[in-house]
Amino acid sequence: MRALVYGAATALALAAAPAAAQQSQFEKYQKMVAEGSPVELFELSGEELWKKKQGPRQASLEKCDLGKGPGVLKGAYAALPRYFKDVDRVMDLETRLLHCMTTLQGRTREEATKRLFGDANQPSEMEYLSAYVAGQSRGTKLAPGAAHPKEKEAYELGKTMFFYRTGAWDFSCASCHGEAGKRIRMSELPVLSEPKAARPLMATWPAYRVSNSTFVTMQWRINDCYRQMRTPEPNFGSETTVALITYLTVTAKGEAYRGPGTKR
Amino acid sequence: MAAGPMKMRATLMGGVTDVRVLMTHPMETEQQTKGAPYFIQNVTVKVNGKTVVEGQISQAVSRNPVFSFRLKGGAKGDKIEVSWLDNKGESNKTEAAVA
Repeated sequence: MRALVYGAATALALAAAPAAAQQSQFEKYQKMVAEGSPVELFELSGEELWKKKQGPRQASLEKCDLGKGPGVLKGAYAALPRYFKDVDRVMDLETRLLHCMTTLQGRTREEATKRLFGDANQPSEMEYLSAYVAGQSRGTKLAPGAAHPKEKEAYELGKTMFFYRTGAWDFSCASCHGEAGKRIRMSELPVLSEPKAARPLMATWPAYRVSNSTFVTMQWRINDCYRQMRTPEPNFGSETTVALITYLTVTAKGEAYRGPGTKR
Repeated sequence: MAAGPMKMRATLMGGVTDVRVLMTHPMETEQQTKGAPYFIQNVTVKVNGKTVVEGQISQAVSRNPVFSFRLKGGAKGDKIEVSWLDNKGESNKTEAAVA
């Protein structure tokens, strides 16, 4: 019975996360919402989009190289972000997808980024695709690139950004994610510089949010954190957003990917 | 959106078939739409062509609903079909063999 086995695996993983043997209210709630998660529907729509011929070249994304070779999806998400030789930079999943849309499908960056983040009525292309690609890494351990000089550089930049206070409110990521035991409503605020907290979190992004029925991606998460910090909006797929995602994923490395997850 | 994907799995364990089915539907209520609700009204479950459940559901069910239920008996390979019909006459169905 797959559903039960999955439930058991989730329970185990959740129990392993905090030192306390007792399940917290957050965990009970998260387990409940995960049981009714419709993420698979997003994966199915993402697969359709992946194979759909689009753009001036009427090409699909099936030859998109996410780091494991053209069209190889198995385990590709778990190995991102990583350095790509063809563009000489580090890219995360969404940045790479955008790259494939502009190169393979011949679309302009402007057109492909017109509607990056969707809503409940109309999720975005990037959201569907992220769900599909990430789903192909279930069970694979997170192993983002951390060897190439540019990957190391991204990690260091991300780490600096995580602790860098800026903006009108003088906030850094660590202002919210720097102290254990904090929460916003029913969401715990994990100390993301600690592998113990980063691992279960990064293993479940991107994710479906039950409170507004949307599927949200990692680029959205970073974007929205900066909105909450009242800084100017970061550019999609920019060096800085990718650096921050690299830092978080490297901190979480070794954790078996079990997303796309379900969030409050 | 209404014709979006469905997904189902049916697993046999200890003489009971556990079915979990996902449906894509906006499931909009009277209040949300100011009088033009849009929701799945009927859900039908068939096992090997024979109707075993005819259910009526309401607007009170969430967007993209998930239904989980258990059927007594059943054997590996039995065909389970779940279909829905919404209040605008649109419908969708999916089939899965018991594993």
